[in-house]
Amino acid sequence: MALDDLVVGIGGAAGDGIASAGDTLALALARQGLRIYAYNSYQSVVRGGRIWLRMRIANRQPLSPGNVLNALVALNQEALDLHLQEIQPGGAALFNTHRVRRAPEKGPDGVQLCPIPVPDLAPVYKDLPVIQNTVLIGALYAIMGLPFDGVESVLESTFARKGQKVIDMNVGAARAGYDYAAEHFQKMELALKPQPTQKRYAVMTGNEAFGLGAVAAGVRMYVAYPMTPASGILHWMAAHGPAVGISVRQPEDEIAVMNMAIGANHAGIRCMCGTSGGGFALMTEAMGMAGMIETPVVCIEVQRGGPSTGLPTKTEQGDLFQVFGAGQGDYPRLIVAPTNVYDCFETVKEVFNLAEKYQLPAVILSDLLLSEHHETVEPDRFDFENPPIDRGELITEANGGDGEAYLRYKITETGVSPRAIPGVPGHLYVAPTDEHDEDGVLISDIYTDPVRRKRMMEKRMRKMVYLKNELPPPRLEGPADAEVTLVGWGSTWGVIREAVEALAAEGIKVNHLQIKYIVPFHGEEVAQILSKAKKIIMVEQNFGGQLARHLRSETGIKADGHIRKYDGEPFEPKHIVAGVKRILAGEEELVTCVSDEPGWRYDHPSFV
Amino acid sequence: MATATVELKPKDYKSNIPPDWCPGCGDFGVLNALQRACSELKIAPHEIVVVSGIGCSSNLPGFFRAYGVHGLHGRPIPVATGIKLANKDLTVIATGGDGDGYGIGLSHMIHAIRRNVNITYIVMNNQIYGLTTGQVSPTSLLNMKTKSTPKGNIELPINPLMLALAAGCDYVARGFSGDIKHLTELYKGALQHRGFALVDVFSPCVTFNRYNTYDWFRQRIKKLEDKGHDPTDFVAAMEEAKKVGDEEVTIGLFYRNPNPRPPLEDLDEVIASGPPLVKRPLGITNAEARPLLEELM
Repeated sequence: MALDDLVVGIGGAAGDGIASAGDTLALALARQGLRIYAYNSYQSVVRGGRIWLRMRIANRQPLSPGNVLNALVALNQEALDLHLQEIQPGGAALFNTHRVRRAPEKGPDGVQLCPIPVPDLAPVYKDLPVIQNTVLIGALYAIMGLPFDGVESVLESTFARKGQKVIDMNVGAARAGYDYAAEHFQKMELALKPQPTQKRYAVMTGNEAFGLGAVAAGVRMYVAYPMTPASGILHWMAAHGPAVGISVRQPEDEIAVMNMAIGANHAGIRCMCGTSGGGFALMTEAMGMAGMIETPVVCIEVQRGGPSTGLPTKTEQGDLFQVFGAGQGDYPRLIVAPTNVYDCFETVKEVFNLAEKYQLPAVILSDLLLSEHHETVEPDRFDFENPPIDRGELITEANGGDGEAYLRYKITETGVSPRAIPGVPGHLYVAPTDEHDEDGVLISDIYTDPVRRKRMMEKRMRKMVYLKNELPPPRLEGPADAEVTLVGWGSTWGVIREAVEALAAEGIKVNHLQIKYIVPFHGEEVAQILSKAKKIIMVEQNFGGQLARHLRSETGIKADGHIRKYDGEPFEPKHIVAGVKRILAGEEELVTCVSDEPGWRYDHPSFV
Repeated sequence: MATATVELKPKDYKSNIPPDWCPGCGDFGVLNALQRACSELKIAPHEIVVVSGIGCSSNLPGFFRAYGVHGLHGRPIPVATGIKLANKDLTVIATGGDGDGYGIGLSHMIHAIRRNVNITYIVMNNQIYGLTTGQVSPTSLLNMKTKSTPKGNIELPINPLMLALAAGCDYVARGFSGDIKHLTELYKGALQHRGFALVDVFSPCVTFNRYNTYDWFRQRIKKLEDKGHDPTDFVAAMEEAKKVGDEEVTIGLFYRNPNPRPPLEDLDEVIASGPPLVKRPLGITNAEARPLLEELM
């Protein structure tokens, strides 16, 4: 049967230019109306190591890296050796005969070997070895039976600034690969439906969507210290921010980052910061300060494998408890976990409005998978004008009046006190991290007063009630009468949804609850939804089941089963499908998954 | 720096909260001199933000009538930096003690100097941790006995002035809280300097530092201006900054770069390009943002 959904893997080492080959391929497909989802598995090295980019290509939007491998582009011998056996029947393996000298006579059953003499097809190869990627992408295009003009159009725009000669050289190399493959190899049997080439989808990462969201939210400054996998936001901001009025600063550490961001927000601009778990650990004290002095601030925490330095280039959802526990004492906060790339854009706009309206710190919890994977999105969905920017009760020179008897921390029904920014006449106050009264004067030292303390604590925490009422309640996806309800949070939305479809195809009725708003938590609404569930199975990319514990503490509901993965690689639908079946069969309550295909194995040099 | 049209007196910078420092604390002099400096320079209170850390001296913003942030231990400088970058029209003053600034928060000072943030940093240096009732500080002299060093301090004290000079600070001064008139002039110079300015102030702790007392200072203090020091001479400034200890305590303006570097707000292309960020309209139209999407297509 012709495939309408396939996975192409590109394997090589750091320095082989896999990312740019992947970008070319993704854009070419997107311009022909096809949808992609690409995940690059890489290591924390600048040269060498093992890079494995999987790109899923389909007519409708794929929501996960997929389950299998259908075609392989091997940029070196190791990539072919590792992944050849994974290729499904009907698939193909492409490689440069100059780089891959020890190719087997024949591949697995039904898998076509496609040796490509790159030096003959692109003589420039001897000086510019990276041209092999272009030749092989051309060849892959022919084997997928797609019209060449997708690739041509992308190479033309990629090299536009380098002049016609460079364009011609690259297009010529791709064309040579395309023609050679068309002549020597069979096309795969695919049911992809390419459209005439034009710009129709954008290919975007979650980090880019966060950057775009910040632009839409009116952010005027982005502050960050480099840390994978959040650095993509910093790079995007540094490249694009100044043109749209965003100052980008890289301070000495994350302590400075968070304090600087709070200072900037305190002075009345919208300032965003970003980091990963290790950096966030340094920000926690200042996050509590933002809660205490009631200054809005937004931080994007892009999780990677922990604990400690952990897996710097791998994905995990292991920082939920860190974010809950950030800072000493109780203070109001907002924690939101967006569920896909487009949602990253929407979430920044939404969270800034809420953080300003309720004057509190907010954390957007992403992970390496969500932040770094590429997917096709519909550009027209990205609305920079709506919802409009809402700054809440902000006092500026324009509306300040004379500020008579102004109380910065005035006790109100909602707990929100109008916020004057420094520079406005007549509203002088000190924003203190010590406990303080309505006027900002300390009640922590010689004037300690239990009654006032209690009142101020309650004023701040009251904001959480009103904030929660503004958040859209969670929604159950899928049939109401399902045998199983899968519960996940954040980035696992897509893979769980695909697992639900796969289970339905096998006759197992499953529905799905994805939690986006972690704090404040819709305890009652979630409890109501789950009270009707026959079997609750949590799906989490971590060891300890952090959301399961949160769910239990907020609702008293104990899940019936758990599917967890903490090996660094993202869930594939098949992991969840298998996990659900095992739990239904009563084999296990806790299923842990691992990506253990031969291609993931690595003989460590010290073991050889 | 904006100036007020009405006349401002030092008392206009006095909040209605009486300082809770111990009677005789050096920080009274620091506060008093700052009130004088701001009134003499006619900077309106609402155009000043005083940002402090945590410690006895960091309570200062509560006693100074202006906008203030009483932040975290060691972190006044990054908060002040964020405020200044968001609104470059404000006069931003960071304050704190020696533990706050030269201990837990030292790296922020060095980096703020490197990036030349246009703020004034006042360190109330009492060579002891006061609020926590008397432990050794990064500027405690060698052999000093404190609650945490009962047999005497075995660690070399930090020399903040040499550090600041080495990092590229264009305005480096030291005052003594027992000489308010002299200190006021140092503050005025710092507030008028466009760039990072450090004013280290010996501000005796009368409760927990029984060694570096007012008398101890008065016996040793020498003013640079009396010695004919040339504050534009970097090498001479380093030589003078070296001298700290039992023989001599030097105060005055150590260094003012005759060719100061431009402050960060002039170098950051976005901040330099117009009015303060806070005064720029928010929002972008879909048409304006379209190129950002096109680039990904």
